[in-house]
Amino acid sequence: MLDLMKIFNHGNRSKDIARERLKLVLVHDRANVSPQFLEMLKSEIIKVISNYIEIQDDELDIQVTRTRSDEGDRVVPALIANIPIRNMKNAGK
Amino acid sequence: MSEVIVITSGKGGVGKTTSTANIGTGLALIGKKVVLIDADIGLRNLDVVMGLENRIVYDLVDVVEGACRLKQALIKDKRYDGLYLLPAAQTKDKTAVNPEQMLNLCNDLREEFDYILIDCPAGIEQGFKNAIAGADRAIVVTTPEVSAVRDADRIIGLLEANELRNPLLLINRVKMDMVKRGDMMTIDDIIDILAVDLIGVVPDDENIIISTNRGEPVVSDMKSRAGQAYRNITRRVMGEQVPIIDLDIEKGFMDKLRKLFGIKA
Repeated sequence: MLDLMKIFNHGNRSKDIARERLKLVLVHDRANVSPQFLEMLKSEIIKVISNYIEIQDDELDIQVTRTRSDEGDRVVPALIANIPIRNMKNAGK
Repeated sequence: MSEVIVITSGKGGVGKTTSTANIGTGLALIGKKVVLIDADIGLRNLDVVMGLENRIVYDLVDVVEGACRLKQALIKDKRYDGLYLLPAAQTKDKTAVNPEQMLNLCNDLREEFDYILIDCPAGIEQGFKNAIAGADRAIVVTTPEVSAVRDADRIIGLLEANELRNPLLLINRVKMDMVKRGDMMTIDDIIDILAVDLIGVVPDDENIIISTNRGEPVVSDMKSRAGQAYRNITRRVMGEQVPIIDLDIEKGFMDKLRKLFGIKA
């Protein structure tokens, strides 16, 4: 019975909440740059990419985070941008 | 070849001093020559955890100020061959020492010792900068709580900014029953979030408090699970490959029953 309850409670386990809250707060902590800097970066990226591709600029997500290097032997800062594409303009022409 | 290792965490109360005492004692038990430096000036504690509080004459600040010779300030632990303590000053504050002095001190100690372990104060200010100045490697201590993991992340960033690459993570006070219930983050959760390598996991164990009460590091208690965890960490510090122990050894009656009936816990 206890195990059945566990299955139903799966998404609600306090450790999952801790994990998600931590991940969110660390995105901010690690972005050791001012919000203005990120905004400037964001608008420049939009400007350049928009010349080639039609993007959903209100959905653009930019984060400074940390990841393992390709060699896997050290941790390096990383800029991760999620840019949803609305339409490929005259791509490749 | 000697090595200077700083034990740090950011957050207070996660077990830096206990870990320093136990890893240091563990290394001495294997036959290494070890000195423990308490860098927590003004709030010294490594002396009481080690049970050496009654033998302090000179301290770290006396050494850097030249009030005594380095040898005079080192307290020899009579129980463990090759183990020494350099206590912090209790009546001064963190500004009594600067990073350059700490670096020189570490280099002087390299002549005599195989391992120099530095117990870093909590925080990210002057005391932290002093403690990491002479270090080759860092061990970051955390517990499976959001506040401790967040601070560990900050410390890892600061260590890397100070050219101390690839710090190793020690996860302390893991409660297996809570992990199984889904009420405590798992080792994998924490490793995934912090993206660093693991040096070891120490289970929550009452023996830590009992041994600290007596001033005897738990690593010398062959029956304690925390002691076993610290003995394994000690061997990993020396570069040996030791698998992470299964913290789930003492299964309860209900678990055995479940297993009997083939129910997954």
